[in-house]
Amino acid sequence: MKSFEYAAPQNLDDAIALLASGEAAFVLAGGTDLVTSMKQGIVSPARLVSLKAIEELKGVDTSGDTVKIGAMTSLAELASNESVAKLYPSIVTAVNKIGSAQIVNMGTVGGDLCQYPRCWYYRNGFGLFGMENGQPLIPDGENKYHAIFGNDGPAKFVCASSLGPALVALGATVTVRGADNQPRDIPATEFFKTPQSPEDPLTAVAVGEVVTHVAIPAKATKNATYEIREREGLDWPLVTATVVYTDNGGKAQDARVVLGHVAPVPWIATGAAAALEGKAVDESSALEAGAAAVEGATPLSKNGFKVQLAKVAVKRAALAAAQA
Amino acid sequence: MAKNAWPAADKRDLIGERISRLDGPVKATGHAKYAYDMNRPGMLYVRLVWAPYGAAKIQSIDTSAAKAIKGVAGVWNEMNEGDEIVHAGQIVATVAATSEEIAQEAWRAVKVAYEVKQPQMNDTVLENADEKEQRDEIPDAATVDKAYADAEVKIDGHYGLAPITHCCMEAHGQFAEMKDGDQYIWPSTQNVSAYAAGLTDAAGLPASQIHVDCQYMGGGFGSKFSSDQWGAICSRISKETGKPVKLMLERDQELMVAGARPSAFANVKAGATKDGKITVFDSTCWGSGGMGTSRGLGVPYVFGNVPNIRRVARNVRTNRGSQRAWRAPGHPQACLVTMAALDDLAAAANMDALEFFLKNLDLTERPDVYREELQIAADMIGYKEKAHLRGDSGDGPVKRGLGISIHMWGGGGHKSECNCTINPDGSVSVALGTQDLGTGTRTVVGIVTAETLGLPLKRVQVNIGKDQYPPSGASGGSTTVGGVSSSSRDAATNALNMLLEKVAPSLGVPVDQLEAWDGKIQVIGDPSKSVTWEKACSMLGQIPITGKGSKPTSDGTELDNSGVGGVQMADVSVDTETGRVTINEFVAVQDCGLIIDLKTAESQVYGAMIMGVTYALYEEAIYDPITGRMLNADMEFYRLAGLADVGTLKVHMMTGPGYDERGVIGLGEPPVISPGAAISNAVANACGVRVPTLPLTPDRVIAALEQGGKLA
Ligand SMILES: Cc1cc2nc3c(=O)[nH]c(=O)nc-3n(C[C@H](O)[C@H](O)[C@H](O)COP(=O)(O)OP(=O)(O)OC[C@H]3O[C@@H](n4cnc5c(N)ncnc54)[C@H](O)[C@@H]3O)c2cc1C
Ligand code: SF4
Repeated sequence: MKSFEYAAPQNLDDAIALLASGEAAFVLAGGTDLVTSMKQGIVSPARLVSLKAIEELKGVDTSGDTVKIGAMTSLAELASNESVAKLYPSIVTAVNKIGSAQIVNMGTVGGDLCQYPRCWYYRNGFGLFGMENGQPLIPDGENKYHAIFGNDGPAKFVCASSLGPALVALGATVTVRGADNQPRDIPATEFFKTPQSPEDPLTAVAVGEVVTHVAIPAKATKNATYEIREREGLDWPLVTATVVYTDNGGKAQDARVVLGHVAPVPWIATGAAAALEGKAVDESSALEAGAAAVEGATPLSKNGFKVQLAKVAVKRAALAAAQA
Repeated sequence: MAKNAWPAADKRDLIGERISRLDGPVKATGHAKYAYDMNRPGMLYVRLVWAPYGAAKIQSIDTSAAKAIKGVAGVWNEMNEGDEIVHAGQIVATVAATSEEIAQEAWRAVKVAYEVKQPQMNDTVLENADEKEQRDEIPDAATVDKAYADAEVKIDGHYGLAPITHCCMEAHGQFAEMKDGDQYIWPSTQNVSAYAAGLTDAAGLPASQIHVDCQYMGGGFGSKFSSDQWGAICSRISKETGKPVKLMLERDQELMVAGARPSAFANVKAGATKDGKITVFDSTCWGSGGMGTSRGLGVPYVFGNVPNIRRVARNVRTNRGSQRAWRAPGHPQACLVTMAALDDLAAAANMDALEFFLKNLDLTERPDVYREELQIAADMIGYKEKAHLRGDSGDGPVKRGLGISIHMWGGGGHKSECNCTINPDGSVSVALGTQDLGTGTRTVVGIVTAETLGLPLKRVQVNIGKDQYPPSGASGGSTTVGGVSSSSRDAATNALNMLLEKVAPSLGVPVDQLEAWDGKIQVIGDPSKSVTWEKACSMLGQIPITGKGSKPTSDGTELDNSGVGGVQMADVSVDTETGRVTINEFVAVQDCGLIIDLKTAESQVYGAMIMGVTYALYEEAIYDPITGRMLNADMEFYRLAGLADVGTLKVHMMTGPGYDERGVIGLGEPPVISPGAAISNAVANACGVRVPTLPLTPDRVIAALEQGGKLA
């Protein structure tokens, strides 16, 4: 790890000012990803601006018609909030499945959304696209954890965030603030980006901006997340699916289905949502939604099994939502 | 005269009881100091620059930028321009600095240019085997072919195990310090007494001036027998700079170079009569130990007396770090190949697997032991209630199944010398240059000594882990407990007899009528004619006495033995939609002769079962086929089982008549042999198809289900 400056501002204005030094100034939240990434040498910040002391970025506010979650709220606090638990079981599952007390107590909502991909080519220094001497390694390499959707460009990694798919499905908005000090709202659907060149950003957060909070409509919906992992111990999902819909006299309305860990961004499965829309969510519609979700999947040489997993995850998430 | 022979059951106070390990509290509280924990003012930290390619030629090494960094004490080339890299992780250069951070910065600043070549990474196909490295054993091809052709029931199966690493919690490495011209070493090693011998060249000192101390170590599993290249580098730098030096491998390099279990793959044709008697076992095996060679597999395993056997073995050389002995070298692989093939044969015969195994026990060396163990294991897991023929016909995607495996091991004691000293104040110490890998060796030595002297365990000071003590063998091959229990029994008996000589006159009986029991020296069986231990020891006058013991023992009494059998049964669930396997219950029944400490023996089996679940379900070293780099050289994607993954574990140790009188036999290895096979068989029993290769990850399970038409 290279030496770096460390700043711990007491308020957001100072933090934003400290970040204005440009690319080499990084936001430090819980540090569970950033510090590892620095040790791995995949990022080398000149300055870290810690948000830990900034109270206005912490906590869950349930007073309005949205549930407003501060970016510095820990994942553990988020999942144990009563309103969150009641309104968004899909979020609680996503957090609880992370399965490590250390990570969920230190890791924050902002950090989870902005974390780097876990692709092992990336983490081993082959860059975001897994290149060696101009040759892409992933297509003929060890790609069993890689993308099965949205992988036609150079990016084959999967978005690491577990919160992402749930927030996209729940219709959340992410608010950021930068040097102009004006809050900027970004729909969760537009928050994650698939880079086309190694310099492209992974999120809609611009250099010098801070994620301040996330707002989710405080609307009663049926929602659930289903995750498939290799083991119970601390791990990453192979595939996740979040299903959200409004119960309209026993029929699904405004259904949304979002897959996680299958693409460089949370993957919106429009076909799966259509398969549920206007129907009772039961074994047969859930099965159809699963099948529709994987239509058009483009698995790589070793990850065809994730197509099956995605199908099953959607089916099970839909059935779990119906029970919720 | 006290006798060396183990005491009879009614004369055992400590031996065979459940006794907590002596060093449990210091370990649990963090007071135990491992090599990693050593720190000294002015010490240097070393980082090793390693090759990031499986096959390459070094074009240049530029250390100038690293040398210019303030705090860097030295940068050394370990390889040169033009040298060939044959696996990733090979040490190219070394940097030493006054802090860990500076060492890392300098490490990054060393620039090595490579001419990269295409490595050979694929060991899964027989075509990649080196034709020159054949180990064929073809007795009479025509007979074997005919036996297979004639078999009433037959299978033609493929089985395999991916390469795994040792992944010791404590990485390899050592701490070295110079004092008064001598070098002192704190290593993490399985081989205290022989460790210094490997460092004489590097330290430029005779072994007599190199002093080794390893009180605690965090796992070796067969990968820590020698001081290794990194040990030599550490000693060399300490000698050269005169400074204390710490060199522990980083996790990534540890996983790439410091120990791997060879992969193994096999095509097996096996046959049986329709009532389930095995008639033929014809195998072609191959595997890769990286740049080291893999051995051929001893198959059919355990069932060595199958009438028609053919064995063809090949080695595949791959550009991975060399294999090292991995806990029961070759056995887990041979066990999986054999037990899975036999389980498939039972299924082909439409027979219950337990019945099939029982029916063929006469083809093993120890049928009676296996029969008894199979029955006990079956009761423990509820076999009768749960068993079904292959393929759970129940509703829903989650299928449940049972699997069986049996194994064998030697485990005779290694050479060992030991001193037992009794002091005039009654205190007792025992010293030997063995090591406690976390298995309980320290506790076992204490128990044997205390038992022999009729004292409570806490009265014995156990001194191990230093090469200044009488030498003991390396801890490998499950040889330690047989070796150290023999030598410490022998030493304590000899010391006791010296004491009895002094005491006999005061009790007015000949020495051979005295015994040490319950803190006293007494006339055999008569506590009323006794002196306390303290009183007895005071009769020594000023000078302590030291009894010398060894394995083989001084009077030739054999206290150890060799040859054990074990049975394991697994109860698993398979989600046939997701390919996820979960362990419900996992049972191990194991014999190991006379057990010194039942608790640490059981712990050894529990630990092996957890390690076994890990390699059965999760563990796999994954290499990039183009660059040859290990991609999961971390503990994130190199997955080990967590507690929530292992299910309910149950252990039964065979003790009592028939077992105890055999003497002490090693236990480190046998219980880790069967888990892969037992779990693989349980998965086949549950979902109705064989998943050929371990680990049984969702991708492999789904592929097998799909192929077998069983994907839900
Ligand atoms: C073994 C392991 C398993 C894990 N499993 C999972 C899992 O299953 N699912 C999952 O989702 N996560 C998982 N995690 C990751 C964990 O959830 C993230 O590391 C964590 O959420 C990051 O939060 P943090 O606060 O520590 O972020 P940091 O490490 O501090 O920051 C991460 C990144 O986000 C940026 N950042 C942080 N906060 C802000 C902000 N407010 N505004 C702008 N940028 C910001 C930082 O600059 C940095 O680039 C796992 C981690 C490990 C080590
Ligand atoms: S063992 Fe686990 S919890 Fe402990 S320091 Fe390492 S990563 Fe953290």
